[in-house]
Amino acid sequence: MATTAETLPIPEGQSADHGHDADHKPGFFARWFMSTNHKDIGTLYLIFAIFAGIIGGAISGIMRMELAAPGIQYLGWWVDFMGGEASFDANLHMWNVLITAHGLIMVFFMVMPAMIGGFGNWFVPLMIGAPDMAFPRMNNISFWLTVAGFMSLMFSMFVPGSAAGLGAGTGWTVYAPLSTTYANGPAVDFAIFSLHLAGAGSILGATNFITTIFNMRAPGMTLHKMPLFVWSVLVTAFLLLLALPVLAAAITMLLTDRNFDTTFFDGSRGGDPVLYQHLFWFFGHPEVYIMILPGFGMVSQIVATFSRKPVFGYLGMAYAMVAIGVVGFIVWAHHMYTVGLDVNTKMYFTAATMVIAVPTGVKIFSWIATMWGGSLEFKSPLVWSLGFIFLFTVGGVTGVVLANGGIDDNLHDTYYVVAHFHYVLSMGAVFSLFAGFYYWFPKMSGRMHSEFLSHLHFWTFFVGVNVIFFPQHFLGIQGMPRRYPDYTAAYEYWNQISSMGYMIMAGSMLIFFVNLIYAYTMGKKAADNPWGEGATTLEWTLSSPPPFHQFETLPVIDDNADYHDHRPASA
Amino acid sequence: MALGDWSRRTLRIVTTLWAAALLALAPQVAVAQDEAAEAPAAVEAAAETPAAETSGYTPLGPEWIKGQPVDGGIDFQPQYTDDGQFAYKMHTYLLMPVITVISLFVLGLLLWVVVRYRRNANPEPSKTTHNTFIEVVWTLVPVLVLVGIAIPSISLLARQYETPPEDAVTVKATGYQWYWGYTYPDNGGFEVISNMLPEDEAIARGEPAQLAVDNRMVLPANTPIRLQTTAADVIHAFAVPSLWFKMDAVPGRLNERLLTINEPGIYYGQCSELCGARHGYMPITVEALPREQFDAWVLSQGGTVGDEEEIAEDAESAEDAAEAGDAEGVAEADAAEAAPAE
Repeated sequence: MATTAETLPIPEGQSADHGHDADHKPGFFARWFMSTNHKDIGTLYLIFAIFAGIIGGAISGIMRMELAAPGIQYLGWWVDFMGGEASFDANLHMWNVLITAHGLIMVFFMVMPAMIGGFGNWFVPLMIGAPDMAFPRMNNISFWLTVAGFMSLMFSMFVPGSAAGLGAGTGWTVYAPLSTTYANGPAVDFAIFSLHLAGAGSILGATNFITTIFNMRAPGMTLHKMPLFVWSVLVTAFLLLLALPVLAAAITMLLTDRNFDTTFFDGSRGGDPVLYQHLFWFFGHPEVYIMILPGFGMVSQIVATFSRKPVFGYLGMAYAMVAIGVVGFIVWAHHMYTVGLDVNTKMYFTAATMVIAVPTGVKIFSWIATMWGGSLEFKSPLVWSLGFIFLFTVGGVTGVVLANGGIDDNLHDTYYVVAHFHYVLSMGAVFSLFAGFYYWFPKMSGRMHSEFLSHLHFWTFFVGVNVIFFPQHFLGIQGMPRRYPDYTAAYEYWNQISSMGYMIMAGSMLIFFVNLIYAYTMGKKAADNPWGEGATTLEWTLSSPPPFHQFETLPVIDDNADYHDHRPASA
Repeated sequence: MALGDWSRRTLRIVTTLWAAALLALAPQVAVAQDEAAEAPAAVEAAAETPAAETSGYTPLGPEWIKGQPVDGGIDFQPQYTDDGQFAYKMHTYLLMPVITVISLFVLGLLLWVVVRYRRNANPEPSKTTHNTFIEVVWTLVPVLVLVGIAIPSISLLARQYETPPEDAVTVKATGYQWYWGYTYPDNGGFEVISNMLPEDEAIARGEPAQLAVDNRMVLPANTPIRLQTTAADVIHAFAVPSLWFKMDAVPGRLNERLLTINEPGIYYGQCSELCGARHGYMPITVEALPREQFDAWVLSQGGTVGDEEEIAEDAESAEDAAEAGDAEGVAEADAAEAAPAE
């Protein structure tokens, strides 16, 4: 069927792509701080995402602790801890700082770096048979810009944000004029700068992925033979490239409104605060697909691998992602149903938003059809993927409810919305991240994790997040608004249960870290392909971990090969 | 606008057809009908007017609280507007069943696959990767389901955006950091400033903490209200869950929607757009009163009711005349008469 480089004579002085000692790895500092190697940069992104995730997750712990009972209990303590002066307003401002930081960290510094920076960097070149990314140095600057952005965001929490205290308390949406006229002090500037840096990093990363995927596929690997994970990163990269400049423009205007007396978003001087919302959500809606599409790709790989069956409806799966990407750009105002849009606009956005459910449904059913007739082996990546499919469906159907402009009048900005987007992100995106992590950890580290701990992690996490977020549907339907540190007694019951769920979830994360320690200390050495015949993509033809430079001679994918088999025949 | 009018008219017809289809198909609708049959009785019971003090205005007591969250509740607050009841029914009898069935269907398929196609049960995987028929089915069926949802959804939007009638009472809610101001332009333009009550005081008055306010937003019941929202500083959102009403208050803009509250009562709401430190501490308490008592309240606030009543009476006489047969002429004359009065 196909040939590999290994079947060809190896020229003098060169080596094949399997494990050997001629990697010429640079020294520690040069390797990790000046890296141009896609796998090392991917590892850095993953470590960074885990670190940011711990901080973002700890912040949500503070939030759930405060919300466990009515009244303000702990915020004053945190104000003192962060170096401010506790007072009624300062405590409440601290709450807003926490929700802002939690949102921004989880979106820009946890999910995106892990999905695109981490797994994208690691596996896009491996899956398309490329030696590295197209622009290795740009890859490095993308990562360090993201780190710098995170520093800027952290720093913003320690400088004055408004009359009430330290930090940016604007919400991750940074709506004007709360973020302009009513947020004196440099905190919001630092938060905006953080988004500039992270956004620049992502745009550079996106150009890098697009160039790599279009130009560096192994001979014979046409677009329609690419693994679906590569497809998902390609679509995501286009979304990033088109959406982030709009965010950059919007927050630059915020910055000049704040500092140079421009009035883009000042209604009293010819501007319009609603303009900011349109710009933000023109970015913000594609952003939510940016966070989930790579997860779709990973789940497709994993489901096929552990069913020992090719993905069902490959072309439909690929073009469903393209469709989601395209339609994702024309539905943004469903985040703004209550802003005062006219009736025809709301009708359009209601209809357009519902359309997204169709390609999403195609994906859900295609995953199930992939497993249908398969021979399922319940290794941890598949179990996490099954969890993903179900919980993402639950998050998706509440999205259909919210899509109705008239229904949204009651649910907008309530905990129902919080529940909805945590079901698609904190369960959708995060479950796919863990699925991908357990799938590729043996490949990345060369060590096997404990399947027992991975399953235990899954079940405790599954119970924990559902106990956290399912009751939030009830709170929202009962009318509890988002971004409230305090509430009337009637909301206590479900809030308390939600906070208990957090404890379960936090415990399950401990299992994750124990599993990592286990893998690095006692884990068995991973085989090149620990998952068996179902794993058909190119990364499994390499050693675990892969050599520092792989595919020094390109693998050749035979034209006659079925596009479901991404490997050379002799692999 | 033309599109709006067209779609409203078309949609009303389509909605009727849709309702008919639902009646024929869904067994839940029968339940809906039963409840609808019970509803008038409830309305009658509640429609006893609050004891009117001859001397003027007394705030409604806690026994009049109708729109508030309940301990451990899992459903929407009861709805006291027609649009709210329509939306509530759409959610309860259409959206909830649909999303529950879809979720359970996917869960069922997953469980089936897990049991039937586990490695022990099915050691040899099939090689099937295509089935055009099933792919067309799972594309088209969701489309049909979504169309089924979109039809009542669009018609709900059309209902919510009915233009307020000429004689609607205009009330403007202004969001401030961190309280609400309610202005009554048709009644002399006075403004009521509404702050949250401290917890102990709210409880002493028999009202829920965090939701009760010192000066309520008093509105006439059974009367079309042209509710406008704006803000003086940052963006706030005026939201009352039991009236199915939420509209952002944006500085420099005036948003407007029609609101008709079906019966007298107290309805709680909260600011629903992040507006700074005390975002959670600027609740809304709507107190809907019968029209005479609303007028008495207006007078007690130093407002005027004269012009307003004249317009209302004119509108009534116009309606009578319209029934007599000369609709347009009188309506125009009425508009001409009413204009100088404002």
